Amino acid sequence: MTHLDPVLLARIQFAFTISFHIIFPAFTIGLASWLVVVEWRLLKTGNRIYEDIYRMWVKIFAVTFGMGVVSGVVMSYQFGTNWSVFADRVGNVIGPLLGFEVLTAFFLEASFLGIMLFGWNRVSPKMHFAATTIVAFGTLLSAFWILSANSWMQTPQGFRVGENGLLYPTNWIQIVFNPSFPYRFAHMTIAAYLTTAFVVGGIGAYYLWRKRHVKHARIMFGMAMLMAVFIAPLQPVIGDLHGLNTLEHQPAKVAAMEGLWETETGAALKLFGWPDQEEERTKYALEIPKLSSLILTHDLNGEVKGLKEWPKDERPPVAWVFWSFRVMVGIGILMVLTGIFAAVLFWRKKLFDTRWFQYWCMALTPSGFVAVLAGWFVTEIGRQPYVAYGVLRTTDSVSPVIGPQVALSLLAFIIVYTFVFGAGSYYILRLIQKGPGTREKDYGAHGQDKPPLFTDLAADQGGKSV
Amino acid sequence: MFDFSAYIDLPLIWFGLISTAIFLYVVLDGFDLGVGILFPFAPSDTCRDRMMKSIAPFWDGNETWLVLGGGGLFAAFPLAYAVIMPALYVPVIIMLLGLVFRGVAFEFRFKASGKSRILWDYAFHFGSLAAAFMQGMFLGAFVQGISVEGRSFSGGAFDWLTAFSTMTGLALVCGYILMGATWLIMKTDGETQLWARKCAGYITVFVALFMGLVSLCMPFLNENVKALWFSLPNFFYLLPMPLLSIVFVILLWHDIHAQKEIRPFFLSIGLFILNYIGLGISLWPWIVPFEITIWQAAAAPESQSLMLVGTVIMLPLVLAYTGYCYYVFRGKSSHETTY
Repeated sequence: MTHLDPVLLARIQFAFTISFHIIFPAFTIGLASWLVVVEWRLLKTGNRIYEDIYRMWVKIFAVTFGMGVVSGVVMSYQFGTNWSVFADRVGNVIGPLLGFEVLTAFFLEASFLGIMLFGWNRVSPKMHFAATTIVAFGTLLSAFWILSANSWMQTPQGFRVGENGLLYPTNWIQIVFNPSFPYRFAHMTIAAYLTTAFVVGGIGAYYLWRKRHVKHARIMFGMAMLMAVFIAPLQPVIGDLHGLNTLEHQPAKVAAMEGLWETETGAALKLFGWPDQEEERTKYALEIPKLSSLILTHDLNGEVKGLKEWPKDERPPVAWVFWSFRVMVGIGILMVLTGIFAAVLFWRKKLFDTRWFQYWCMALTPSGFVAVLAGWFVTEIGRQPYVAYGVLRTTDSVSPVIGPQVALSLLAFIIVYTFVFGAGSYYILRLIQKGPGTREKDYGAHGQDKPPLFTDLAADQGGKSV
Repeated sequence: MFDFSAYIDLPLIWFGLISTAIFLYVVLDGFDLGVGILFPFAPSDTCRDRMMKSIAPFWDGNETWLVLGGGGLFAAFPLAYAVIMPALYVPVIIMLLGLVFRGVAFEFRFKASGKSRILWDYAFHFGSLAAAFMQGMFLGAFVQGISVEGRSFSGGAFDWLTAFSTMTGLALVCGYILMGATWLIMKTDGETQLWARKCAGYITVFVALFMGLVSLCMPFLNENVKALWFSLPNFFYLLPMPLLSIVFVILLWHDIHAQKEIRPFFLSIGLFILNYIGLGISLWPWIVPFEITIWQAAAAPESQSLMLVGTVIMLPLVLAYTGYCYYVFRGKSSHETTY
């Protein structure tokens, strides 16, 4: 056990816990905003189908959010337990960003979630809607701060290094709005929205295919397809801008994404291949001439820097970055295609009853999660060997803790997360299997003969009751 | 760049703010951890439903104070964070895993049925117990001091495991049970309340016992602490604190048996306040006891200044809407699923 490399173990532990964690926010950011839309439609139309949909998905939201919270608490302590040198060196700069995340976002989400889940009969419908909106706003605010902190680690600026090696802030605006932040924030928010849209759409498709809850399913599926048609095509555009920004600030990462070793003009785009770190070339590459230069420099004969420009110990693990990037882009393309198919089918008035398209959407249900993880693999592995790019190396950031502690805690995290989040996924699947209930039945089952709040409201407003 | 360090003692203010955040965490999550520890011993399943319902809207917000405690320490005193976390590595991980189990139990329990429901009942219990016990052990390990070399922790993986820290662990578990039981007296009625009263009665005895024991041990752990408490005239200035603690315990004992519903909870918070202040006085001005002071560990004045502006604006808001959420769910809680 004493021969274990603490740096590698600490990295695996961080990668494992953060990968598990990001799945939940990626879903809840989108789900919260969507629930705002659903509740707004409910208040506007008084149509109780929206209420059924809200009640079904808010349960799924609660389970996901709970798992996000507990896996997030773990993250806030990992900087200290495993990466204490990092915490000491960059604390002056990163600390306030994380502090603001807690103060502005976490409390907001956590407090109003209570009202969102349990406040139905305790606050007015408008206040309940406000609570949902506040929770959704909180998730976005939280993303704002954490992505600002992450982006600063990718493209640090606005600081000076003191004689003791500690970093001191010199300009907060430059720190918060560092060069890669706007792109990363836009890219991640849209990714979260699309992830949710494809989950909701996939489940809507499943109900349509099984001819269950058809009225509810049409709304879920229809709304999801709106996202696929209008939002999915935005992602490649923003991704491209993000990539150009990376090319400017972290060219080694882009070279790894492209699997490009030699600096070339008119560089070819490698569709597939196997980057070999030892031999310093990409084997079995399938190439499209000049396309890489065109994408990256918007010029057929533009120059793209290859990995050999950097010494060996300044290069990221190329194969991971190369392949993760292809997985992410591949799924992005499938999502855009989904939008195109949906538009065509809608135009032909066959959107809701085309069998093959229902299978297609069901198959893509988890695609957003895979794309989000792959995207984060690209950006996080691509900035190695640095933890704060060009400022602090990963190997110099780790705590003076001994290997066995990290190894055992990693093992414990793997066992506990697998068990707990496995159970969570099982309960979510059961909720999906159960589907949206109709109000009367649910209330009868609990012995409450009082009509639900929103039914009264709908009646007051002369809304249609279905 | 703004920097208030010329006008005010920033580390001192931040020490006050972080201490307050940690205290709010101890009180707020304390009662819901206490409810969790009591959980499997409740007389019926209906009782358990009510117990969980009474804290379900709040636990998430309560736990956020723990994130603020960790995040705030990182932001305001990065050196202290970088030394304390590796020193408490094992108990921190156990606490976090405990919190994972109890956190998900809130959601999973109501969705599970039959045997798997019992599984989550125990996940809730043992998760809460582990978290509470570890937090008590932090306290003991912290008070006993942490070895430091340069800017890093230099001790061993199990420095935190001592007889004293085990005792503070048990003490905090009892303290949390007291808060949990008095919370249930306030938020429930009938069978659950009756049972909670019985629990609160028993546990008050243990809490009083542990408070005495820990207080007696403290001066013998460190000469500074001894000098502080047992020198004249300090002794007389500080005398009201132990006396007030005794008064609170007697009042608490009386209230629990006199069918009072609300005051026991606030009396148990009062006991926590007294102990916390006593601890603060003993350890002042160390943030890593007997090695690093709050001024040595402080973040750059620019960082503390920026955070202070944000906190002055945000903290009152946070407290206001937290208060609002407690207000929305005021009164007795029922056992029915409402969402």
